[in-house]
Amino acid sequence: MNTASNTAAATSLVSAELERRVVDLNFRYARCLDEARLSEWPDFFSDECRYLLHSRENLDQGLEGYWLYFENKRMLRDRVVSLLEVNIYHIHYERRFVSNVMVTGRDGDCWLARSNYMMMNTDNEGHSRIFSVGEYRDRIVDEGGVLRLRERLVVVDTFTVESHISMPI
Amino acid sequence: MSAVLKSGIPELVWPRADFTQVPFAVHVDPGLFDLEQDRIFRGRTWNYVGLEAEIPNPGDFVTNYIGATSVVLSRGEDGALHVFVNRCAHRGAAVVRRKRGHADTHTCIYHQWSYDVAGNLLGVPYRRGINGNGGYPKDFRPEEHSLEKLRVESYRGVVFATFAHDMEPLTDYMGEPVRQRFDALCSRPIKVVGYQRQLIKGNWKLYVENLKDCYHGALLHGFNSKFGMFRTSQRGSTVMAQNGLHCVLTTYGTKDEKVGNTYAKIDTFKPQFQLEAPEVVAFFEEHADGMVSTVLSMFPTFVLAQISNHLGFRHIIPKSVDEFELVWINFEYADESAEHSQSRRVQGNLLGPGGYLSMEDAEALEIAHAAIQGDLGRGHAFVEMGGRGDCGDQEHLVTEVPIRAFWKGYCDLMGFAVAAA
Repeated sequence: MNTASNTAAATSLVSAELERRVVDLNFRYARCLDEARLSEWPDFFSDECRYLLHSRENLDQGLEGYWLYFENKRMLRDRVVSLLEVNIYHIHYERRFVSNVMVTGRDGDCWLARSNYMMMNTDNEGHSRIFSVGEYRDRIVDEGGVLRLRERLVVVDTFTVESHISMPI
Repeated sequence: MSAVLKSGIPELVWPRADFTQVPFAVHVDPGLFDLEQDRIFRGRTWNYVGLEAEIPNPGDFVTNYIGATSVVLSRGEDGALHVFVNRCAHRGAAVVRRKRGHADTHTCIYHQWSYDVAGNLLGVPYRRGINGNGGYPKDFRPEEHSLEKLRVESYRGVVFATFAHDMEPLTDYMGEPVRQRFDALCSRPIKVVGYQRQLIKGNWKLYVENLKDCYHGALLHGFNSKFGMFRTSQRGSTVMAQNGLHCVLTTYGTKDEKVGNTYAKIDTFKPQFQLEAPEVVAFFEEHADGMVSTVLSMFPTFVLAQISNHLGFRHIIPKSVDEFELVWINFEYADESAEHSQSRRVQGNLLGPGGYLSMEDAEALEIAHAAIQGDLGRGHAFVEMGGRGDCGDQEHLVTEVPIRAFWKGYCDLMGFAVAAA
């Protein structure tokens, strides 16, 4: 093998390993929320972080009116406390399906990644429906071997929400 | 009382003269939905269709709904506002398929009937036929086949339309209390920040009731009480207009109030939980009268609200007797400081389909709508908080009187009989 193809192979290996780790991050995130371990949700984010819920309708018009705008980890923890202790919402199970995971680039100390999500809810009479479909646009940092979200921008294609939003997507 | 009949002539007699009972049938009878299209949405009402800020240039358009009817709001060459029914005069297809955009003409895709931005028919294909075959009869006159046009008026950049061409002027319909709130909240040019939409499985009037209901605020919405934002005991008022159909709720948190400024001194009333990020409820004073929140509901389906510093319009779009879409059109002022803009953005977490202060409404309405099914014409809601009898303006928040005032106006408009007192 010549040097050029060795380099290409090495890059490809690193990429595949990184993508596997990003897939793993997504799967752990989905499972955590599907299993209603809400209080662990902020742990998927780095100390400096943003979680933004943005509708496709607003994004396409260049509007910055986020549905939820959490610009630090304190806001994520408040959301958890409020959902667990204060707010009232529909009683349901959730399943998140994450696919088409791609690492698309690097910006500073962050890997950029995109993936599709689908979230299905099942109500307390056993009826399942697609609750939300869209895309995760992530900035991911490697913190001593653990990947965490510096930013998760959730682009919601389902811009007319069924009923209301409670749990994080 | 005789109920609305699913398959008969709707004939609803209200059980109490002071509207303390609301028949559940009014939320679940499909026949009533059609009757409302005729008597309310295509009747003598001014209906929200959009904002001037959404269509700044000639040819700009947005689509919207008045009741179940799809309409288009567009701006003409001369800057004039036009509203027409989005239904081709030929075979009824929607002429405008995009939600918003810019176009010099609107052409139906089905047979390419083409209209100008005011809804006038410009031309049709094969009018004279092809090689002597077909074509329209000689007496076909394009000017007789325009799109159905509505009367349009705008107040402080908010555009309303009516099917009743002899309708009273918009500001007369609003009445003084509603107009004053527009003046207070829309005095500066506005900028749309974003839209939020939710589809709620319930009758649209359940939400109208909710908007006039101060009683539920601190009970259903735990964030208010547990984080110390809103108390039913705080100073507030409800002012009605247009025979009780419109309603303006306002709460105040003046500096001299004994319990302290509602938002700025949340620690004075010992909330159960503390926010790690209190910027979500950080309030900056904007109104000299100490107003901290106001919800203006203008019949039939328009809302203008300021909650803390969050500014928004809401539009209720009835989809069927069992479902409505709630659209939140959040805004800020075009000349806003970066600091205020950021503050409103963070406070945006309070409102909308997933907002801390609002997510419960959909759940409450859906479980109510589900529970009143199958009881057509028998059960009724009990609305006596704040007393029976008179349905006048209220100087406190411990009341459901505005709900009774609304139903009185609704019955008058729908032509429903009311039982003798």
